[in-house]
Amino acid sequence: MATSLNPSATADIVARANVLFEDLSFTSARKWKAAEPGRKVIGYMPIYVPRELIHAANMLPLGIVGGGDQLEVIHGDAYYQSYICRIPRSTIELGVSGRLDFVDGMLFPSICDVIRNLSGMWKMMFPHVYSHYFDVPQNYRDDIGGNFYVNEMAELRHDLGELRGKPITDDELRHSIAVYNENRRLVRDLYSFRAERPWQAPAAEVYLMVRAGLVLPVEEHTVMLREYLAAARADERPMRDNCRVVLTGMFCEQPPLNLIKSLELSGCYVVDDDLLLVTRWLTGDVELEGDPLRNLSNAFLHHSESTAAKYEPNQKEKGQHLVRAVKRTAAEGVIFAAPSFCDPALLERPMLQHVLKEAGIPYIAFKYAENSGQMQPIREQAGTFADSIKLWSGA
Amino acid sequence: MTTQTKIVTSRAAPAKEVIKDASMKKQKEMMAAHYDRLTNVPETGDKVAATFVPGNLNELIMCFDLLNNLPEVNAIQNGLRRVSGSFVLEAEKLGHSEDVCTYVKSDLGMMAKGNLAPNGKKFPNPDVLLLSYTGCFTFMKWFELLREQYKCETIMLHTPYMADGKITKNMIEYMVKQLKEEVIPTLERISGVKFDIDRLREYLKKSTKAEDDLVRVLQSAKAKPSPIDAYFGGIYYIGPIFGAFRGTDDAVDYYKFLREEVEDRLAKGLGPVTPDGDMGKEKYRLVVEGPPNYTSFRQFWKMFYDEGAVVVASSYTKVGGVYDFGFRHDPNKPLETLAEYCLGVYTNRSLPMRIDMLVNYINEYEADGLLINSIKSCNSFSAGQLLMMREVEKRTGKPAAFVESDLVDPRYFSAANIKNRLESYFQMIDQKRAGASAAA
Repeated sequence: MATSLNPSATADIVARANVLFEDLSFTSARKWKAAEPGRKVIGYMPIYVPRELIHAANMLPLGIVGGGDQLEVIHGDAYYQSYICRIPRSTIELGVSGRLDFVDGMLFPSICDVIRNLSGMWKMMFPHVYSHYFDVPQNYRDDIGGNFYVNEMAELRHDLGELRGKPITDDELRHSIAVYNENRRLVRDLYSFRAERPWQAPAAEVYLMVRAGLVLPVEEHTVMLREYLAAARADERPMRDNCRVVLTGMFCEQPPLNLIKSLELSGCYVVDDDLLLVTRWLTGDVELEGDPLRNLSNAFLHHSESTAAKYEPNQKEKGQHLVRAVKRTAAEGVIFAAPSFCDPALLERPMLQHVLKEAGIPYIAFKYAENSGQMQPIREQAGTFADSIKLWSGA
Repeated sequence: MTTQTKIVTSRAAPAKEVIKDASMKKQKEMMAAHYDRLTNVPETGDKVAATFVPGNLNELIMCFDLLNNLPEVNAIQNGLRRVSGSFVLEAEKLGHSEDVCTYVKSDLGMMAKGNLAPNGKKFPNPDVLLLSYTGCFTFMKWFELLREQYKCETIMLHTPYMADGKITKNMIEYMVKQLKEEVIPTLERISGVKFDIDRLREYLKKSTKAEDDLVRVLQSAKAKPSPIDAYFGGIYYIGPIFGAFRGTDDAVDYYKFLREEVEDRLAKGLGPVTPDGDMGKEKYRLVVEGPPNYTSFRQFWKMFYDEGAVVVASSYTKVGGVYDFGFRHDPNKPLETLAEYCLGVYTNRSLPMRIDMLVNYINEYEADGLLINSIKSCNSFSAGQLLMMREVEKRTGKPAAFVESDLVDPRYFSAANIKNRLESYFQMIDQKRAGASAAA
């Protein structure tokens, strides 16, 4: 078997991404801010915000996706009952423990009632930080939902301009759109490469690469993606007799990295997923000519991912994105993995399962929390799923 | 030698008569008549729109001669009749998660088990699902789930969230445009009835009348003793206006009748009527946040009135419309007023707004404190309530307490725990009072 000329290149890039992933003090973002006076950092939560607006204000968009399994939640639990998911409590923990004390603003996108209510809590708990609930339309007509969305973005653009002391110009926005178009293209390339050769781009590595984009300046992240892709392509690794699965339901609270690794160890190559959707929410390039907000709106309304937080107006289209993902990536099954108490993922799940059943696509389901520690049951379930696909598919 | 074991089955005690005041009986008759209208659809040929309590556009629905069916109200009825538990289990058996809203599961379980209304007859299938997406994420998925079953047309009306405590021009324009260009044309097509804005205005005028009387009733609780219980009793009072009656003559008559009944009690210095008759001496005045538990509704209420506790204001009785801070449906701007109504319902208000309301209630109604009944499967209400509790305590200096249950899932009602917690809370109020009078 051929080996790469420089097998350590992949490992080095992954190691750097892993450092960023494990750093709950957000050192790299702090350094970026400290490098020049007046720089500002804007945090945002899942699933999607138009990061171009933040970038255009010369600010750093910082993705906040909870505290993971390495953060001890001491204060956060005092804010939530046991039957509420984990991401808001660990996010509060990040806030009250001072880990986000360098963040100048926080955006809470419209995804579910928990994140919605967290926006109000943040306003009260951190009154000196700009805090904004970012509403998105559930109506996809340009002249209805589009107008609403353009105005919502205009309000955010205005606020960010105020925060930096200078309005954001159209040209600044166009430049940022171009920068993010390039970044999204590379994320899509990475996903395509993994779907093609999952043994050369393991799910945990792909996750770390994409996750790095939540804390790095986009330009740096683009370079990292390019380097990883080049290194991973060159780095021949042995192909296992794994089955190919699509992972779904993980669009908000993140699974522990070990969970992603466990799936592959148990015999499942992850060939597509809905992790960290912000990095590829818009499925094609955003137009550069014309009104930049209108262009971002068009992309949101007509060229964005399907997920549980969005209304699907067309019953026939419901769940078809998953069927298409399975076909596109030649997957053999779907794993529904949802955070405990996650309304969007868990309410959506039966509908998606009905669609898969209709399409003859096998699936399994389990729940997790960002701090789940026991992987053995998940490994056994995924392993059995992989075995059953190998043994019975096409039977 | 063998011994015989005699199994003795105790006879059920004769059911104790439940005391209801005249308005409660009237309300019950109205609800029963509505269920009859719904289940008679196969004979009458009426068409049915299903929609939600928050963001309920009953006046608009009536403009198209459609009957309004509210799945939340059906789940509540099933909870009160203690059949929701089996429906929830049925839905879980069909693959719905144990973590999600039990209204949804009660509804889906009911469908799976024959879809029977409280009168024992089959619910008609809706002709349209009017997805008024207001103040609750679950609504969106609920109607997608129903659409999958009923395969009928679904209209989305998206209400933006009032995150900054204000209604913006952008929000109103967005909603009015949805109403004008999507909701109304689709309802016209489905019903075959042409939209008449003057007809809408007439209904809205009637809404305003009923809303005036409802507010008078709710605000009567400022008196000492309060003539009403604004939570347990309040749930009866909001039934018609939050359901299928807002904008009707029936609602106007009911709220006039109710107001007169309450004013009479007020004039006589009487407290609320409970299922066990007149409440004794009013000892504690509470504000309650969150929905009640419906499967043990009467048992829960009894824990209050047995201790002389009356609820003088509650947030739950504002989920279908907040009227006591001045909002009224305005016939002069019929579509804008529907948008403002949706935007202003309690669960569409930001957490700071909700806290302001509760603080205001405690002060205005001279309450002894705040009780939160946190609902396991309702994130819209429950996420953030612990912070709300602390903030209200801080701003009012009044003690707060926290109990947990569920909407219509009997597995999450632990009577002993809740009773213990309530008793401790009442003691806390006593101590606080004793401390205050010692300091005086």
